Amino acid sequence: MDNPKHGMTLIVKTITRLTVGLILLFGIYIVSHGHVSPGGGFAGGVIIALSFIHILLAFGKEVALKRISYNVASFFESLGAIMFITLALLGIGSGYFLLNFISKGEPFRLFSSGLIPLYNVAISFKVGAGLFIIFVILVTFRLTKKDDRE
Amino acid sequence: MSLYFLCLVLFSVGLYCILRKRNLIKIIIGIAITEYAVNLFFVLVGYKMHGRAPIHAEDQAILNMVDPLPQALVLTAIVIGLAITALIASIAIRVYEKYGTFDITKIRKLKG
Amino acid sequence: MMQNPLPLFIAIPLASAFLNSLLGKRIKGFSDVLSSIATLALAAISIYSVFLIKDVGSIVYKVGGWMPPIGIAMVMDSLTVFMLVTINVVAFLISVYSINYMEKYTEKGIFYSLFLLMIAGMNGVIISGDMFNLYVFLEIAAISSYALVAFGTEQEELEASFKYAVMGSLASSFILLGIVFLYSYTSTLNMADMAMTLLTNGPSRIVLLASVLFLMGFGLKSALVPFHAWLPDAHPSAPAPISAMLSGVLIKSLGVYAMVRIFFSVLGATPEILSILMVIGSLSIVIGACLALGQWDFKRLLAYSSINQIGYVILGISLGTPLGILGGLFHLLNHSVFKSLLFLNSGAVEYSTGTRDLQKMGGLREKMPVTALTSLVGSMSIAGVPPFNGFWSKLIIIVACVQSGHFVHASWAVLASIITLAYFLKVQKHAFFGELKEGLSNVKEAPFFMKFSMIVLAIICLAGGLLMLPAVSGDFLKAARDVVLAGQDYITVVFGAIK
Repeated sequence: MDNPKHGMTLIVKTITRLTVGLILLFGIYIVSHGHVSPGGGFAGGVIIALSFIHILLAFGKEVALKRISYNVASFFESLGAIMFITLALLGIGSGYFLLNFISKGEPFRLFSSGLIPLYNVAISFKVGAGLFIIFVILVTFRLTKKDDRE
Repeated sequence: MSLYFLCLVLFSVGLYCILRKRNLIKIIIGIAITEYAVNLFFVLVGYKMHGRAPIHAEDQAILNMVDPLPQALVLTAIVIGLAITALIASIAIRVYEKYGTFDITKIRKLKG
Repeated sequence: MMQNPLPLFIAIPLASAFLNSLLGKRIKGFSDVLSSIATLALAAISIYSVFLIKDVGSIVYKVGGWMPPIGIAMVMDSLTVFMLVTINVVAFLISVYSINYMEKYTEKGIFYSLFLLMIAGMNGVIISGDMFNLYVFLEIAAISSYALVAFGTEQEELEASFKYAVMGSLASSFILLGIVFLYSYTSTLNMADMAMTLLTNGPSRIVLLASVLFLMGFGLKSALVPFHAWLPDAHPSAPAPISAMLSGVLIKSLGVYAMVRIFFSVLGATPEILSILMVIGSLSIVIGACLALGQWDFKRLLAYSSINQIGYVILGISLGTPLGILGGLFHLLNHSVFKSLLFLNSGAVEYSTGTRDLQKMGGLREKMPVTALTSLVGSMSIAGVPPFNGFWSKLIIIVACVQSGHFVHASWAVLASIITLAYFLKVQKHAFFGELKEGLSNVKEAPFFMKFSMIVLAIICLAGGLLMLPAVSGDFLKAARDVVLAGQDYITVVFGAIK
């Protein structure tokens, strides 16, 4: 991880190492509390993706792609989408597409509002992995081009 | 009313950028500007003077809410805009790889 | 579930698209089988819906159990069923064709994922009863089509895709702006509710502004003449199955259907809008035909011909008379069949000979009999030669023009039909008839699945004329026409069907 050839300076790397876990945790918090407070799957997914992008910027793409490779991210993206559609199709069994068919529970509690937290998790997979892939593709493409010209 | 007019100005700036600029990246920026002008206009349509965020909370009665629907829709529109921008940017990078230039007057393999 | 198949039209293609991207790389042949089964299922459900809708009249689906106009609604009436059958049957045949054709490309799984996403977007546009959902699905279909045009990642493809993406996203901005203006005026997004508010509030300048924005946006999406510049670049650059999909159904579902739905059912078609559309339609007919005449690239010629034929559809619908709308819708169905057939033919020729230039072909009739025969059927029906389906729809449009007193438009339509015959005879003469050019002696006929799709489409071309029989067309074509003709009665249809 501490290869001085890749990435930014020692200061950036140290700060990143301290903060990146907190950013990831905050993303998970936003996802899991999406149904009781502002935020949700999309916002949380963006924050989760940013924590990985943070590593990518500070340590270089080799380290970041060792943590979560392109194929793994692509797998999670498809998984999120399939999870969402499966949940939506399960609703047809009880009457309607996208129906929130399990007990809604008590408002303003963490375990409440039926399927919505699960939808949030599915969206966060999709968005987090998707944004990370977009970033990786745009960044690595530029890098291979520079290698070609040299 | 003047705010709506400013949105129109922003939209026109984006259109000008798309129509007149010769650099691919500037055209992409123009597309982004037009999208943001429309989104801004949409949020302003749902705004109410001294309105509050439309979030339901415990032990609170919210009287003067802004319209939540445009905000939800603008979020969707922003995500779509992100997808378009990412796709066009990657196409532009590929174009640069093949043609070696960002100038649209030099990218003319297709006739017409 | 079988009383309410509406969500399946979106759920099946979406689910199979993501399953493809998940498993397509790992299991060989998986994506071929999955996408063919998915599109076959969609085609079967859409044909089943024809019989379903015959008894019920219209179905409104409350997504998530929420009551419209607060919740999101999916609406199925005869016009939607008509469009769904058109899209899904053509999509199934194109998917089968791609099994062989896409062998020469790498990353077949990604191709099928994008293809299925595009189908999901188009089906979503058709069955959405909600203005904003229409926009979202329109963007899903459009974004996947930008990516598919660039699929070859060669110079021409990338340039065409960039042009298409810029024009397309500009069109989407106009459409979104129109939706914003309508929302600010009516405070609702449900189409039927919007129509009701517009009816009670009476005419307004905001509605006029929104109509102009929609005209620009959907005009760009359907490549009508002042907005057509992107189409001759984008459609030929894509792989042949995608060209067939784009020219055959995408410009119709995103452009023509959405325009008809919004102008007729929501805003209420005023004579001014109809006469603007009529002029645009006639311009597209004439200019598209003249530009197509000078082309030597097989696919580019077909792309210009799409502008020409979409003009007929718009001209027919904008007449506003029962016969005109019937002709326009019938021509829409026919065009999606024979234009997909011709693009698939051009793909088969390119697959076997490796060229798209008509001057380098010649005498392919001996080497590729199936392709030559099916392309003859396609050319004759697009040019309007009697036994084929194109003749009947063009005849109805021209008769409707004369009947409503628009002799100038009728004469333009007849003239352009003759030009169409001329440029398709040019294709036949240079590509399939005449002497076999040297270098083409070891050309082989296209593989089985490609032949299968072309033959089925050619049979539909031949049998399409049967749709004019009253017994057949009553539930399908005439019912779709009645929906367009009923205009803002859409309100009572939708609110009557909510239980």
